[in-house]
Amino acid sequence: MSKQEDKKNRRDFLFTASYTVGAVGLGATIWPLIHQMNPDESVKALATTEVDVSQVAPGKSITVLWRGKPVFIKRRTPEEIAEVRAVDLKDLKDPQKDEDRAKNPEWLVMLGVCTHLGCVPLADKGDFKGWFCPCHGSHYDGSGRIRKGPAPVNMEIPEYEFVDSNTIKIG
Amino acid sequence: MSDHNYVPESKVGKWFNDRLPLLSLGAHLREYPTPKNLNYWWTFGGILTFCLITQIVTGIVLAMHYVAHADLAFESVEKIMRDVNYGWLIRYIHSNGASMFFLAVYIHIFRSLFYGSYKSPRELIWIIGMIIYILMMAAAFMGYVLPWGQMSFWGATVITNLFSAIPLVGESIVTWLWGGYSVDNPTLNRFFSLHYLIPFLILGLVVLHIWALHVPGNNNPVGIDIKKPSKDTVPFHPYITVKDIFALLMFMIIFAGFVFFSPNVLGHSDNYIPANPMVTPAHIVPEWYLLPFYAILRSVPDKLGGVLLMFGALFVLIILPWLDTSKIRSAVFRPLYRQFFWILVIDVLALGYLGAMPAEGTYLFLARVSTVYYFLHFLVILPVLGFLEKTDPLPASISEPVLTGGLSTSAAKSDDIK
Repeated sequence: MSKQEDKKNRRDFLFTASYTVGAVGLGATIWPLIHQMNPDESVKALATTEVDVSQVAPGKSITVLWRGKPVFIKRRTPEEIAEVRAVDLKDLKDPQKDEDRAKNPEWLVMLGVCTHLGCVPLADKGDFKGWFCPCHGSHYDGSGRIRKGPAPVNMEIPEYEFVDSNTIKIG
Repeated sequence: MSDHNYVPESKVGKWFNDRLPLLSLGAHLREYPTPKNLNYWWTFGGILTFCLITQIVTGIVLAMHYVAHADLAFESVEKIMRDVNYGWLIRYIHSNGASMFFLAVYIHIFRSLFYGSYKSPRELIWIIGMIIYILMMAAAFMGYVLPWGQMSFWGATVITNLFSAIPLVGESIVTWLWGGYSVDNPTLNRFFSLHYLIPFLILGLVVLHIWALHVPGNNNPVGIDIKKPSKDTVPFHPYITVKDIFALLMFMIIFAGFVFFSPNVLGHSDNYIPANPMVTPAHIVPEWYLLPFYAILRSVPDKLGGVLLMFGALFVLIILPWLDTSKIRSAVFRPLYRQFFWILVIDVLALGYLGAMPAEGTYLFLARVSTVYYFLHFLVILPVLGFLEKTDPLPASISEPVLTGGLSTSAAKSDDIK
């Protein structure tokens, strides 16, 4: 290897090393400016809510706010349960058994947020005895599963548990 | 250009201009050779500059009284309307000003489409203009969120949720945009910050837009290249400034009509109800100027497809200079394009109307037809037309049909368009 080539290689190495260090430095500088927009710890800390459901009569539902979003808590009648469990999975856009959506069949706990563009669907409306989103016309059934309209998936089931028979902890 | 040799008369002027040639710039803007046949459709650039300045001035004033907090924003806007001296006037100018801005920009864009102003060598002017248009929509959307009424809140929810259609990272992007798990105070705060920023970005782009315009010079109703300066051009000042000011005054009469006689007709009454994350209004519609895109979004029965098509509607506009294969600029000499142009105008108006109607039944069907036609126009008709169309003969110069007395049909038609 001639002396000149040696010098050239050394220079190439220095260039590549400088660019790399520069790129890492730039990335490390930009990341805080991007990440500051993500939810902070205080927002994340508010992520559970306990709800007393003793006053909810069969066939009725309540709406509570969790992480800034409405959660529908519906106490279903035996007929309503039987109806949604009789649905053929082939008729569903996002096939999911009601058994997998409601641990306790009497209680349906789900995010009251349309999976299309985030509006709050109206209860007891639509073609499938469930919910209807007024924004862009998505129809959900009594299990909150998408049946018709632009929404891609069923309404989301949040993490929740029964603390006792009258209290649900969401989140 | 004629002003390159400009020398200020005064000694101070010369001293200054040697160090910073602002006076040369002023001279260039005064003498800028402009085609003498520009019609009133060419006055909207000046009108748009006026709109931008109006929005910036009224916006800065409103920001002195507005509070960007979820608990206080609605109240502070009501305080502006009721208590702040002339607050009602400034806010109504700002909110109606947004509509006027879009009215003018749509006319400006369709002017460009009719006379082929986007074609070589003016592609960059067009693309910068499209970026300005997209930034205008972003600014208008975020501004509409600030009063924190029902339409603000649910408009913000629906529009930010558009990004959730992106596979894999969509949900994270939406959470990042919100700064939480729903549209809330952090969202309002950052929207205010960006709403304040964007007009200045637009201002910078307007400078580039005009700079890029001053390189080839204005297109004109005949759409042919002209020598400048020549007997085909007039100095910008006073000829064009006077015409622009007259058109601006006419425009301001309409503007004032809205501000003083029906300031809320373009808004939605639901936005006078404070934001409520538990209830979505029954009929949620965007502002009128976004309706055509909204109609395209809703006409697709698939979430990702709808979002892609909506952004696609903007993208075909950006690449328009390469979709239109015809070398002839002005529709005056393009008998077929002229007809397709008006069909497009009707199509976009129809999309606007259908975007405001419920997405069901006949409305939905018509919205789908109009959406298909919109893309057909840009992706099929325009590329093919350039090869099939037999265009009318172009005049040799702007002056020719006028000065030789033998008024050609083309020139007569360009008069009709006024």
